[in-house]
Amino acid sequence: MNVTARALMGASLLLAATSAVSAQTTITVATVNNGDMIRMQRLTSDFNAKHPDIKVNWVTLEENVLRQRVTTDIASKGGQYDVLTIGNYEVPIWAKQNWLLPLDNLGADYDQADLLPQVAAALTVGGKLYAAPFYAESSMLMYRTDLLEKAGLKMPENPDWGFITDAAAKMTDKAAGVYGICLRGKAGWGENMAFLTSMNNSMGGAWFDMQWKPQFDKPEWKKTLDAYLKLMTSYGPPGSSSNGFNENLALFQTGKCGMWIDATVAASFISDPKESKVADKVSFAPAPTRAGGSNHGNWLWSWNLAIPASTTKADAAKTFVAWATSPAYTKLVAEKEGIANVPPGTRTSLYKNEAYLKAAPFAPMTLKAIEAANTQKPSEQPVPYTGGQFVAIPEFQAIGTAVGQQFSAALAGKATADQALAASQALTSREMTRAGYPK
Amino acid sequence: MARNVSTGRKAAVTALAWGVGLVIFFPILWTVLTSFKTEGEAINAHPSFLFFDWTLENYHTVNERSDYLAHFWNSVVIALGSTLIGLLIAIPAAWSMAFVPGKRTKDLLMWMLSTKMMPAVGVLVPIYLLARDTGLLDSKTGLVIVLTLVNLPIIVWMLYTYFKEIPGEILEAARMDGASLGSEILYVLTPMAVPGIASTLLLNVILAWNESFWTLNLTAANSAPLTAFIASYSSPEGLFYAKLSAASTMAIAPILILGWFSQKQLVRGLTFGAVK
Repeated sequence: MNVTARALMGASLLLAATSAVSAQTTITVATVNNGDMIRMQRLTSDFNAKHPDIKVNWVTLEENVLRQRVTTDIASKGGQYDVLTIGNYEVPIWAKQNWLLPLDNLGADYDQADLLPQVAAALTVGGKLYAAPFYAESSMLMYRTDLLEKAGLKMPENPDWGFITDAAAKMTDKAAGVYGICLRGKAGWGENMAFLTSMNNSMGGAWFDMQWKPQFDKPEWKKTLDAYLKLMTSYGPPGSSSNGFNENLALFQTGKCGMWIDATVAASFISDPKESKVADKVSFAPAPTRAGGSNHGNWLWSWNLAIPASTTKADAAKTFVAWATSPAYTKLVAEKEGIANVPPGTRTSLYKNEAYLKAAPFAPMTLKAIEAANTQKPSEQPVPYTGGQFVAIPEFQAIGTAVGQQFSAALAGKATADQALAASQALTSREMTRAGYPK
Repeated sequence: MARNVSTGRKAAVTALAWGVGLVIFFPILWTVLTSFKTEGEAINAHPSFLFFDWTLENYHTVNERSDYLAHFWNSVVIALGSTLIGLLIAIPAAWSMAFVPGKRTKDLLMWMLSTKMMPAVGVLVPIYLLARDTGLLDSKTGLVIVLTLVNLPIIVWMLYTYFKEIPGEILEAARMDGASLGSEILYVLTPMAVPGIASTLLLNVILAWNESFWTLNLTAANSAPLTAFIASYSSPEGLFYAKLSAASTMAIAPILILGWFSQKQLVRGLTFGAVK
C-alpha cells in the first residue's frame, strides 16, 4: 500500500469517527440541589446505557438562583437549557406565554393516567400537560408524641387552630429549651407567605376577590395574623422571624419543637434516626383548620421537568424527561437506592405499593395531604386565581415577598398586626393597579 | 525623632489588632471547620469548636458529584484574562489622565466610577441579549469581556492614583533623552509603578474570582466557574451546610493561598506613595 492510499484510508477513518461523535446529541438539564435531584444525577449512567446517542450535561443551582437564571434564559430565548426543573407556580404562567413545549407524547411506558390527579391538574393548561412531575409535596402537622402525652392531650383526627394554640401552650417549657410550635417566619413568597397564605385559606380567607381587590382589610386575614403572632410570640422559639424550612428542621430534629407545620417532605428527615434525635417520637396529622371548617389550607408544591420552547433538541429532551419521570425510574431508584428513597407524591401506584408503605410510615398522611390540596379552588370564597400557598400570577413573587416582609416585621415586634395588614393592603393595591388587574 | 511608645501600649495595640483580625477571619475559619463536620454536627444547636468527629466525607461527596478542576480552570481563565486585558487598556488610560490631564479628566473619572453605582441586574437583559446574538453565552470569552468592562473603572482609578504619585519630571527627562511615548510608558513608568500595578492586578483577580452575578447569569454547563460550583450546594430544603462549607473551602483556597504569598506586595502596593 503506498503512502497516498494509507493517507486516504486514515482520513476516511477519522471522518467516520468524527461523524460518530457528532451524531451524539448533548442536552443541558438545569436542576436544583435537592436530594431527589442529586439521586437522579447519580443514576444518569442508566440513561446513558439506554440512550448512548444522548449526552447529559447538568447545571445544579440553588432554587432562587436557578429561578432567576432560567427565567432570564427562557424570556430572552437564550436556548441554554433543554430540560428545566421548575415548580408548579411557574408551569401555568410559562405555558400561557408559550415558553414551554406540551408533553403530550411521552411514550407508552409513561402511563399518564397513573399521575395523582391533583398534581397533574396543576401542570395542565388547555387540557395539555406542560411539565412532568418529578416529586410533589403538601403540608401537614408534625408533632412530638412524648410531649403531647406529657401535656395530657390526644391529637384529634382533624385538629383546629384552637387545639393547636392550647397544645402549644401546654407543650412549651422554655426553661428546658422546648417550644410548643415552630413555624416559618423568614420573609419571602416561598417562605413565610407559603405558610401564612395556606393558614389564611384554612381561616376561610383569600388574597383577592373576583375583581382582584386585595383582601388584607377583611376579618379573615386579621384572624390569621393575630393567631399566628400569638402562637409564635408566646410559644415559638426566639428569633423566629428569621426561621425558614431548614432552621425549623434543625430545631425540630434537635428536640426544640413540640409541633411543626410544614412541607410533607420534612417527614422523612425527622423520622431518620441518623439525622434526628427525636425520630422515634414523631407522628403526623392533617394541617389545622378553623373550628368547624373543612379547608386545611393544604398546599401543593411539585418539582417538575419541562422543556423550553427555545430548545433545538426537543426529541432528546423528551426522551430524558420520559426516563426520569416514568414508573420505570421509580423501579430503578428502588433497586439501586432502596424503596424509601423513590421520589414521592406523583403516582397513585406508589401509594398502593406495600413495600413502600412499610418503608415510609408517613406515606399515607402525605397522600392524604396531597389529595386534600385543591389548586384549582384554593379558597372557600370565589377567587379569580389558582394556586394554594401562592397565587399563580407573575406578579406574586414580588408582591408575596413584600407582604412577607411586613408580616416578618410584625413577628419581630417592629410593627403591629394592624399596621402590617394596612401596609400590605396598600402595597398590594398599588402593585396590582400598576399591573392592570382590578377590573 | 521617634515617639516613645510604652510596652504596655504596644501590647494593647497588638492585642487589639489580633482581636480585630480574628473577628474578621472567624467566618472563614468557621466555614473551614464546618466542612470537616457531619451534616448533623453542622446544624447542632450547641456546636463544638474543635472537639467533634472530624470527617473528610463532605470533600469526598463534593468531588464525586462535581468536576472541581473544570470549574477551577474556568475561574483561573476568567479572573486572569479579564484582569490582564483590563490592565492593558487601563495603563495607557491612567497615564494620560495622570500626566496630561484635560479640562474634563476629573469628570471623566467620576463618570467611570458612577457606572459602578448602577446595580448589575439593571443591564442584565441587554447584556444577555448581546451575548446571545454574538454566540457568547456560556463561553469564557464572553465572561472575560464582561468582567473586563465591569472592573475597568476600578483598575483605571487605582492606577491613576499610583501614577499621580510618580514625579512627572522623571518622564520629562526620559522624553528629553529621546524616549518615544511607548518606551516612556513601558520602560520608565511601568517599572516605577510595579508595586501599584501588582496590587491592582491582585485585587482585580480577587474581585473577578469572587464575582457571582455575571458568572452565574451568563454561564450554564461549559464555562461555569467556582461561583456556580458553590451555588450548586445550597438548597432551601434539606441539610447541606457541611457540604456547602466544603465546596466553599475548595473555592476560596486558591485565592487565600495567592493572597498569603503576595501579602507583602499587596500591602506595599496599597500604601504606595503614602509616606514621602
